[in-house]
Amino acid sequence: MKLLAYFRSIGEKFFLRSQLSAEMDEELRSHIALRAEDLERSGLEREEAQRRARIEFGGQEKVKEECHQALGGNLIETAIQDVRLTLRMLRKSPGFALAAILTLALAIGANTVVFSIMNAFIIRPLNVPHAESLYGLWRLEDDMSESYPDYVDLRDRNHSFEALIAYNVNEVALDTGNNPSRSWIEEASGNFFDGLNVQPYLGRFFHASDEHGPNSAPYIVLTYKYWHTHFHDDRGVIGQNVAVNKHPYTVIGVAPPGFHGTLLFFHPDFFVPIVNHDIDGGTQLNDRRSHWVFITMGHLKAGVTTGQAVADLNSIGQDLLRKYPKDEGKMTFKLVRPSMYGDYIGGPVREFLTGLMLLASLILLAACANLGSLFAARAADRSREVALRLALGSSRKRILRGLFTEAVLISLAGGAVGLGGSIFLLRQLSEWQPFPRFPGYMAVTPDSNVYLLALLLALASGFLFGAVPVRQVLQTNPYEVVKTGSSGRIGRRITARDVLLVVQIALCAVLVTSSLVAVRGLAHCLRSNFGFDLNTMLAETDPPMAGYSGDRVPALQKRMIDALKAIPGVESVGLADQLPLSEGSIYSNVFADTTSDLRPSKAAMNPVIFKVSPEYFQAAGTSLLSGRSFSSHDDKDSSRVAVVNGQFARRMFGSIQNGLGSYFKMPDGTRTQVVGIAEDGKYDRLGESPRPAMYLPILQSPSSSSWMVLRSRRDSQELGGAIRSALREVDAALPVYITTRYRALDTVLFGPRMATLALGILGGLGAILAVVGIFGMAAYSVSKRLRELGIRVALGGQRKEVLQAALGRAFKLLAYGSAAGLVLGILASRVLAFIVAQATPRDPLVLAGVVFAMALLGLLATWIPARRALSVDPLRLLRED
Amino acid sequence: MTDQAQILPGTLDILILKAVSLGPLHGYGVLLRIGQISGQALLIEQGALYPALFRLVRQGLLKASWGTSENNRRAKFYELTASGRKRLREQMEGWNRLATAMGSALAAQPEEV
Repeated sequence: MKLLAYFRSIGEKFFLRSQLSAEMDEELRSHIALRAEDLERSGLEREEAQRRARIEFGGQEKVKEECHQALGGNLIETAIQDVRLTLRMLRKSPGFALAAILTLALAIGANTVVFSIMNAFIIRPLNVPHAESLYGLWRLEDDMSESYPDYVDLRDRNHSFEALIAYNVNEVALDTGNNPSRSWIEEASGNFFDGLNVQPYLGRFFHASDEHGPNSAPYIVLTYKYWHTHFHDDRGVIGQNVAVNKHPYTVIGVAPPGFHGTLLFFHPDFFVPIVNHDIDGGTQLNDRRSHWVFITMGHLKAGVTTGQAVADLNSIGQDLLRKYPKDEGKMTFKLVRPSMYGDYIGGPVREFLTGLMLLASLILLAACANLGSLFAARAADRSREVALRLALGSSRKRILRGLFTEAVLISLAGGAVGLGGSIFLLRQLSEWQPFPRFPGYMAVTPDSNVYLLALLLALASGFLFGAVPVRQVLQTNPYEVVKTGSSGRIGRRITARDVLLVVQIALCAVLVTSSLVAVRGLAHCLRSNFGFDLNTMLAETDPPMAGYSGDRVPALQKRMIDALKAIPGVESVGLADQLPLSEGSIYSNVFADTTSDLRPSKAAMNPVIFKVSPEYFQAAGTSLLSGRSFSSHDDKDSSRVAVVNGQFARRMFGSIQNGLGSYFKMPDGTRTQVVGIAEDGKYDRLGESPRPAMYLPILQSPSSSSWMVLRSRRDSQELGGAIRSALREVDAALPVYITTRYRALDTVLFGPRMATLALGILGGLGAILAVVGIFGMAAYSVSKRLRELGIRVALGGQRKEVLQAALGRAFKLLAYGSAAGLVLGILASRVLAFIVAQATPRDPLVLAGVVFAMALLGLLATWIPARRALSVDPLRLLRED
Repeated sequence: MTDQAQILPGTLDILILKAVSLGPLHGYGVLLRIGQISGQALLIEQGALYPALFRLVRQGLLKASWGTSENNRRAKFYELTASGRKRLREQMEGWNRLATAMGSALAAQPEEV
């Protein structure tokens, strides 16, 4: 009731202003009339009575004003007045307003973008119920992968997880009746959807009860997106028969719209039960040695700590090691967040993003410092106006409120522009598919967290830089200012503004150093020796997709190689089951020839293993240091041979010379002779230290995975077409993926490129802010000291001396800031080395580059003020004032 | 004017509420009624009345409506709302307590101390 009356009162005040005023007038008129009538009755003349009544009442306008105030909502009203006044003032100086808003928009935009990415990568859990209790299993001796039998044991014997689910990422050919196309899928355990507590959008999911051994559950659950794009929202799709790698499957359901599995940024097309993994044609479901299950994870039971869960898992691991000594290594676990590919990339990404966030917030601080100086200068310019207002009776509070209103208005506008820009950028980013072969999207959608942050940042920075001129206003003495005009006191001592400027320049130098280090590191990486040639073409096929298995695979591979060799202009064609630096490597244990104990814990090392055709080395451009390559005689019927790299030979046999002709053992006990030594190369990451690798003849160790490397001088575009048609003639049902060796590096280059780009952008922002800051400082000091400079010129000062007087301070600050920034940047680059391989600041080019860049920035920023200082005309200056 | 008591701060509201509680009044009527019930001892400055009336309306203690005065003039009439009645009761109790306390304090004799 009371609240209602209050709101009605305020509502009338703001929305029925004129009506209210008229009513007030009428009420007061009627009061005076009534009073006049009374007076008249007591014997006064009518005219006199009316006059007396008006006099008795006093100033009507004042009463009306007081009534108006009594209506409440005064804060709102003064705020509206302040805003109106501020808008009028800003309209008078659009350049100032625009500069301030843009500066803030850049800084706040940078913060929102970085925060949004951080939010999506780290803060926001997966889009499944109770994601916070979801943990992935990581084997300390290895990584997150498990063999299927191990997974089943862990699942059935643990007491810590609600349901231990597992999945694997795979690529298959899906044929809905006309044309087989490649699809990325997740092979999920039967308890996957139930364990995650996800409900189907359409049809049903598969369950644990659907699993009855290998290949017992030929079911498909489509993701919503794939159903939408490839089945056009056809609800009749449930029950439809399709072929996956030529095996019959049935579509049983569609997942809900927001659900795309449990891997951030990976969007599979559909899910199939993991028990049907054998269609892959490679590994066997029940092979305990083959760790192909990508990620195992589950919700911890209520009340179970991670420590208890790890102890539980470790005891199962010990038991498995006892039971299967031949197959198992030591099994100890830790629990990790499963969504960021476990900790595969979580660690460095977290570090890098945190660093980026820090830099972004520093940039915002620098922007605030700049705006603070701008506002202080503006307040100084307005000191006459402020003094007049004070002299006329305005309160300092009111003036300060005006200043803050201006600051907050600008910061809100800047925040809005920055947020809008970052939403636009993020939308572009979300549509971008960074890896052409891989359905990964950086689906970073800003949520309420982000909006809130942008608002808070805007308000906070508004108050921060709005507070800079406060002291100035509080100390304004109206009489002095009006009497003498604003005085140009020159501060000789170190002021807070100087410190801010040095910090800002240092920050800029840090960013410039980091981005130069990153760029140099990246360039260095690309020039380094990979152990293979970058100028080759690649063609990938997966024979199981067209139904090939067993002995039919090698025959197909030979036909494909022959078909490609027949293309005019192709010099050589090699085939390998996997390529270095493309999509993650396969490793295998090897044992010394003298060992008979083949338990994994006794392995001599764990090299990368490539299964290659005889011509691979020649085609890929991997040179042999000694020995021979494979030949077509190294097949199933001949003795086992291998080519190893230099690192392998040195570690296993002591030296490259010793290696040639020596023997080692494979995990199944096969003695293998080293017939050739290949050069070392990069296999997993650009920044890795040399690691052992071995090559086995694909005829002796068959693999269905087929990457073909073509060496040719022909143009890659037209060669691609020729490859496609040649392979279509081999088998039209075989989906082919064609790319260049260089493009295939995109995956490993993604991180370094992103880091370099991000640092470059932030560096640019930092540079802009630093230039603005130095410019502002230099211009201010020149304009404040124009008279002094004029006198110097009049007394015969040299140009050099004048410049030194005018800009010496600015350059000194620039030098201090740059030096500090350079040192800090060198320290920060250590963090960078995690992401960009070979990023080292101990590089004369980088150091020179930083110094040059900072000098250039300084020159750019002080150019105009310097010109102004030099063109001082002493006569005119002295005549003024 | 000098023989009239100054109004203590904060007492204007209670006087207005009391005056209006005796029957709906227009602004000028409020003035007259306060003079009448205080035996012309308390007189309110005419200009101060209206801001107070507006404030009481905003606080939901009074309700205003346009009507016609005894001599056929259009005027705004104020009457008490339920919460205004409650507020008046509370303030009267408070005021009486204060008056009693003041009375006994000022009547104190040396021997009672």
